[in-house]
Amino acid sequence: MQVPKGPAFFCILDYEESMRILVIEDDFEAAKYLVKAFVESGHVVDHASNGLDGYAMAQDGKYDVLIVDRMLPKMDGLTLIGGLREQGVQTPVLILSALGQVDDRVKGLRAGGDDYLSKPYAFSELLARVEVLMRRRGAATTEETAYKVGSLEIDRLSHKVARAGTEIDLQPREYRLLEYLMKNAGQVVTRTMLLEHVWDYHFDPQTNVIDVHISRLRSKIDKGFDPQLLHTVRGAGYMIRDGA
Amino acid sequence: MTALSKLLKTTAFKLALGFFVMFAIGSVLIIGFIGRNVRQVLEEDNDQIILSEINGLSEQYSTGGLERLVRIVERRSIRPGALLYLVTTNAGEKLAGNVATLPDGVLNHPGLVETPYQRNDENEARHPALARILSVPGGFRLLVGRDLEERGRLAHILNRALFTWLGLLAAIGTLGGLFVARRVLVRVDSINAKALTIMNGDLDGRLPVTGTGDELDRLAQSLNTMLDRIGDLLKGLREVSDNIAHDLRTPLTRLRNRAEDALRGSKTDEEKHTALEKVIEESDGLIRVFNALLLIARAEAGDIHETSAEFDLAAVAHDVVELYEPTAEEAGQHLKIDVPVNCPAFGNRELISQALANLIDNGLKYGGKTVVVGIVKSETDVELSVADSGVGIPAQDRERALDRFVRLDASRSRPGFGLGLSLCNAVAHLHHGSLRLEDNNPGLKVVLRWPSLGAVSRPAILLPAAE
Repeated sequence: MQVPKGPAFFCILDYEESMRILVIEDDFEAAKYLVKAFVESGHVVDHASNGLDGYAMAQDGKYDVLIVDRMLPKMDGLTLIGGLREQGVQTPVLILSALGQVDDRVKGLRAGGDDYLSKPYAFSELLARVEVLMRRRGAATTEETAYKVGSLEIDRLSHKVARAGTEIDLQPREYRLLEYLMKNAGQVVTRTMLLEHVWDYHFDPQTNVIDVHISRLRSKIDKGFDPQLLHTVRGAGYMIRDGA
Repeated sequence: MTALSKLLKTTAFKLALGFFVMFAIGSVLIIGFIGRNVRQVLEEDNDQIILSEINGLSEQYSTGGLERLVRIVERRSIRPGALLYLVTTNAGEKLAGNVATLPDGVLNHPGLVETPYQRNDENEARHPALARILSVPGGFRLLVGRDLEERGRLAHILNRALFTWLGLLAAIGTLGGLFVARRVLVRVDSINAKALTIMNGDLDGRLPVTGTGDELDRLAQSLNTMLDRIGDLLKGLREVSDNIAHDLRTPLTRLRNRAEDALRGSKTDEEKHTALEKVIEESDGLIRVFNALLLIARAEAGDIHETSAEFDLAAVAHDVVELYEPTAEEAGQHLKIDVPVNCPAFGNRELISQALANLIDNGLKYGGKTVVVGIVKSETDVELSVADSGVGIPAQDRERALDRFVRLDASRSRPGFGLGLSLCNAVAHLHHGSLRLEDNNPGLKVVLRWPSLGAVSRPAILLPAAE
């Protein structure tokens, strides 16, 4: 298992380019921390401290991702997102909220948000989700029918998986797990993201059930092959990438 | 405030006063109506008598002339209980009759007239009379009338009856009102006094109930039920805050120790990194606890109507079991599933999944070799059960096990905060169902039961059960 060097959430490197992020958050301390952390992760960050300013800044669509607090002075977060979507601004939005209940999340996504994270959150979780959102923006138009990382290939039509030409037999859930990891190859995917997208659960099952699923998958796709493709990113989650 | 002024302010007294006024107005109206009618009947009667008499006399005059008329009038005038008679010339000179004086000019207006008069033989005051005056051809006037003294007597009787009645009504009404008001006041005062002592801290006190089942009793019972419910909630709240204070101190201390440890002495980057990761791990645990507490609190207070829908419980069971299967296998345990092919249920899929995950997690942690997930569906309810073969929970501890932060292994050697079962319990309540702990011989069987048809028409969970 490879352990990247450096503090837990700054270990995610290999960006082709940096992102432009707009943080719309009224809590000054929280915003300062976010800006600092994103800058240290190699991104360009702007900050708006109320809904109206945020709305004005986001209107021209120059940002790659918006991070919007749900409760904002002057203009509520959901109203802001609704207004942007109405104007045709399709910038991916991640909603931050202290209201972490199921229905709140559904409301947020219905209003036009792309992802939802409830406070308190780990920055590594936020970063992973923001990067997935940004990547999705670039690749949204064409759904690829096959993914390939190193010598690992999956065919999304026939659900066939092969490593170095040898076909690998996966359970349906293992396939979906691998598919999600491959779709986000080169990016950190957190345990909660896996739970949400592979199992459709939005709660934390407390124990390390995901880790066990990952280690099973790893034993099927990595065991006896070189290099290892499925990496554990300490303090953050997992990543599939060509080990080079 | 004096007792009297307090009494005067009571609702019962005001009611009594209101009733008195209403009855008084009613009585005046009724008696006035009766008097008016009686008087009208009498008057019509009088008029009839006078009219027939005057017609008779007028006939006598036309057949027998003035002489005969005067004779008849004189004869009739002296009969006992006679009507009033008077025959005069046009100039007003009296020819015959028993009327001595009349006001001036009365005789000049033929027809029916009400007028005071005086009799020939009496010295008393004038009486009112009803009379009819006829102009007899030949230059004479004839008056026939009747004394109206009778009518005055009737009015007097009616007036006396009215005032006696009103006096009685006032006396009875006031006394009755005071009596009822006092009775109610005593009860209300005792309820009030008890409420004051409860306010002042006697939280176990309850309002007096007399057992008569009247409105005040029902009110006191409802308030008592409310106090019970508030007391329960308060107790729960107090327990929770006690438990939070107690149970979070340990992880918080650990968190602080780890942070201090990271700062102390000269450490390599690697060591610092490891120490900080431990700090994050510890705070993640705390966040999980708070999230669970928040969920429980919201589940106990709220309704999930909005987010409920029909879903396949069997599929949910398969999904969650599949999520935990590798973990169980790795620990050498068996996670079995025994559910129907298809089991439609109504509720919040997410919360039910979470509850099931908690139960399976518990089962694997404490439950020995085998954990079985089962579903039993009856006509109205679904029962989702997780049974294990571990040491189980002794019967006397089962109720306590559902409370927050209760961990039955005294050593608290296993990880966890004792929130799993209380969370499941809260989810059950939210679905208008219940969580049951049973003996699995050996082991524990936890059954989450809730109505499968949706809870739309059911009462909100916070309402006290109907009697």
